[in-house]
Amino acid sequence: MIRYIFSRLMQMLPVLVLVSMAVFSMTLLLPGDPTFSMLGEHATAAERAALRERLGLDMPVPVQYVRWVQHVITGDFGRSLRNGEPVLNMLAQRVPATTQLAIQAIILATLIGVPLGIIAALNRNSIRDVAATAGGMFAMAMPSFWLAMLLIMFFSIFLRWLPPSGYVPFFKDPIESLRLMIMPTITLGTILAGLILRQTRTSMLGVLSADYVRTARAKGMSERRVILVHALRNALIPIVTVVGLQMGALLGGAAITESVFAVPGLGQMVVDGIFNRDFPAVQGAILVIVTFILVLNLLIDIIYAWIDRRVSR
Amino acid sequence: MNLVEIRNLHKQFVQKSGLFGKRSRVNAVNDVTLDVVQGEVLALVGESGSGKSTIGRLVARLDDPTSGRILHRGVDVAALRGRDLLQFRRRTQMIFQDPFSSLNPHMRVRHMLAEPLRIHRLANSREEITSRIEYLMGAVGLAPALANRFPHEFSGGQRQRLSIARALAVEPEFIVADEAVSALDVSTQAQVVNLLSKLKREFQLTVLFISHNLAVVQNVADRVAVLYLGRLLELAPTEELFARPAHPYTRALLSAIPVPDPNARKQRLVLQGEIPSPMRPPSGCVFRTRCPFAVQACADTVPLLRNIGGNRSAACIRDDVIAASATPELDRMTS
Amino acid sequence: MTELNQTAAVQTEPENSETLIQTPPSPPEWRLVLRSLLRHRLGLTGLIICTIVLFTAVFAPWISPYNPVASDYDAILMPPSAEHLLGTDDLGRDILSRIIWGTQVALQVSLISVAVAIVGGSVVGMISGYAGGWVDDAIMRVVDAMIAFPGLILALGIVAVLGPSLTNTMIAITIVNIPNISRLVRAQVLSVRHMDFVMAARGVGAGRLRIMVSHIWPSVVGNILVYASLSAAGALIAESSLSFLGLGAQPPTPSWGWMLSSGMQYWNAWWMSVFPGAALFLVALGFNFVGDGLRDALDARIVD
Repeated sequence: MIRYIFSRLMQMLPVLVLVSMAVFSMTLLLPGDPTFSMLGEHATAAERAALRERLGLDMPVPVQYVRWVQHVITGDFGRSLRNGEPVLNMLAQRVPATTQLAIQAIILATLIGVPLGIIAALNRNSIRDVAATAGGMFAMAMPSFWLAMLLIMFFSIFLRWLPPSGYVPFFKDPIESLRLMIMPTITLGTILAGLILRQTRTSMLGVLSADYVRTARAKGMSERRVILVHALRNALIPIVTVVGLQMGALLGGAAITESVFAVPGLGQMVVDGIFNRDFPAVQGAILVIVTFILVLNLLIDIIYAWIDRRVSR
Repeated sequence: MNLVEIRNLHKQFVQKSGLFGKRSRVNAVNDVTLDVVQGEVLALVGESGSGKSTIGRLVARLDDPTSGRILHRGVDVAALRGRDLLQFRRRTQMIFQDPFSSLNPHMRVRHMLAEPLRIHRLANSREEITSRIEYLMGAVGLAPALANRFPHEFSGGQRQRLSIARALAVEPEFIVADEAVSALDVSTQAQVVNLLSKLKREFQLTVLFISHNLAVVQNVADRVAVLYLGRLLELAPTEELFARPAHPYTRALLSAIPVPDPNARKQRLVLQGEIPSPMRPPSGCVFRTRCPFAVQACADTVPLLRNIGGNRSAACIRDDVIAASATPELDRMTS
Repeated sequence: MTELNQTAAVQTEPENSETLIQTPPSPPEWRLVLRSLLRHRLGLTGLIICTIVLFTAVFAPWISPYNPVASDYDAILMPPSAEHLLGTDDLGRDILSRIIWGTQVALQVSLISVAVAIVGGSVVGMISGYAGGWVDDAIMRVVDAMIAFPGLILALGIVAVLGPSLTNTMIAITIVNIPNISRLVRAQVLSVRHMDFVMAARGVGAGRLRIMVSHIWPSVVGNILVYASLSAAGALIAESSLSFLGLGAQPPTPSWGWMLSSGMQYWNAWWMSVFPGAALFLVALGFNFVGDGLRDALDARIVD
């Protein structure tokens, strides 16, 4: 087992290196002088020269890369071009918002997707199944920003129940925080709900026809117990896997959701950063997001291997 | 004349388990020396894991040996390149075991048969190709109009015929039939085997017939080579092998063939134990763990394949057992 | 000792040749798949939607009631009416016309980006899968690194570097899709590579190129098509997301995403947001339906 973890880590390492190289090269690939992207357009020639000196921009690229990596590992992501704030601070401030949004979206998607998926599987090819499956497909094809706008138009403009944007940290004021997060959560969670629904349905269908379910029924177990205890537990594994693997897409969608609802998270940091040409911020946010995804995938693989061993024992 | 000469052939497969896992080595083919005489049908028999299919692939240059040489008409097969290799591929063809995976499901039959013709420039215009295909289909007993079909529209036996047609397309002189009939039911087996015999006579082919089915082998082969865990244990003309098997393993194999005569009395030679794992073969003679005649010395050295008279060879250190087996007193021999 | 019953064998004729000749031959594969697809309700619906969209895009100049970039300052922010069926935007441009012309942008992006990504991804996947060894490892590491980025984030990054424009959006979307297609193709190649018929092709003398093209590629195509239609939906949404954020097609090009974002400034003019979004949703659904239909059609063949 340890051996497996180690080998997966070894596999992840080159990927991490490649990712860091890609993020690092963002500023390099821009046409023109990198000091423009780092200092903005209004810096003087002297400031540029100083920056070039300090960052070693005249040094060969690999050396620059190594220095950058050294900085990053020690937590120095540079300073925002917009307000000079250390990017690390910005990241620390924004992670909670994205985390909250992501967790809420996953919970919502699961609460909707799993039960509907089960219903669809149990009533295969009936009206309920068709409706649920169609609903799932609609949810997956829905453009998130359109959904966001429809929600705002309905709940904010028309009904005036919810403000169209804004954010309050959860631990400051849970009620208000959740209230402001209703629409963003629905926006982000809908697509995931559709996916979970489809996966639950597929998994449950597969499991329900399995022998051990028939055995449980033959033993006289009540149908509900059969479903909940036996079938669902085994169907759960691929569902969880799918959710885990979709984290990437979720975080990508967060960029849009956060932008529309003005939630100060990592996604918005990327988008705003691109608009403001604030590349240190963009690089920092992207690096954090991607590293998180890689680590998550690693954990999923390890958990999978662990479950596998328990099953095969 | 020897068409193919196999000398000290070794093939080892290495399997890694994971990045830091143990490597397991399997000697699929272990020091095999054998000749294939031009014009004969030589059978390679053995259980699964005996290495017979591997030898077939090596001889057809579909895999490379770990060590040892395979000479085709005196030329080292592994050294062939470019045009010489292409020439070789015309001369040697292989027929595979599984009728379902050996034909490309997405290709119509005529496309599949045209491919070798195009590669080797045996037919250039569409008319030539079409007439060649007609001829090939006829040779294997299938209506030429069926060439427009896809493989999945044919039965198993018919698909094996198509495989044979593909092999014949390049006008080979040597065919390796790797368990060509093993996946077919008994009556179809008979048909395909008869087809092969007929084609062999018609085109003067040399055939390396790989099989685990001794009944079929007896009908078809001129000589038989018996393999066990990668080693060659016995080599003899068919009639003599079946009448007077020399090696204890061969005796056991033959004694297991059911005879449809309730009154026949036969001594069943039952093998003890299970076949050892190919990853941990027994020392010395690979067969000793199941051999009823094994002695201490059997674990010490690997017995060499020795001529035991006439055209026969066997790899066993127990001369007395061999001698007794190879003579007509077989029926009175007990373990 | 059993003997093969030779006399009996000679008398039985090759099995079922006669019956086989009497059944009609199988039509080409693609026709079978198409037939299955047409029978599939969702797939058919999807095909209809896609055909309508294609038709609209091709005949936009003739169908569109107004010039999509012509401003009419007398008709700013007008709700849907007889004159402007879907209303007008803040510059007085007819929304219906902009949506109709927008199909061109939508199709351009989704079809071209996905097509190029398929070509690129297939080449990479085939080489990686067939070559194996360190080539495979190296390529897969790079692919893994690219997949580690969430699609939209990677696209954002690329557009950030290249600058916002429709072309750059297409480039970004192509790049984002190539790794997934490579993985898909590679997986197919790996499953087919060891099959006997590939070995038989080698035995007959086929070289690597011929094997890849004639033997491996046909097994790969089916799965790619399914992925292609699902990717097209994704590409469409990606482009409109980027336009929505202002990083995609620049005005006055009628991109639906951009139309939606400008609608955000005029909440009361709901027609500015609802209709372009609906168009997006519909087309994405269409691609999804076709993809599902193809998947079921191909699965049915495998079960065959």
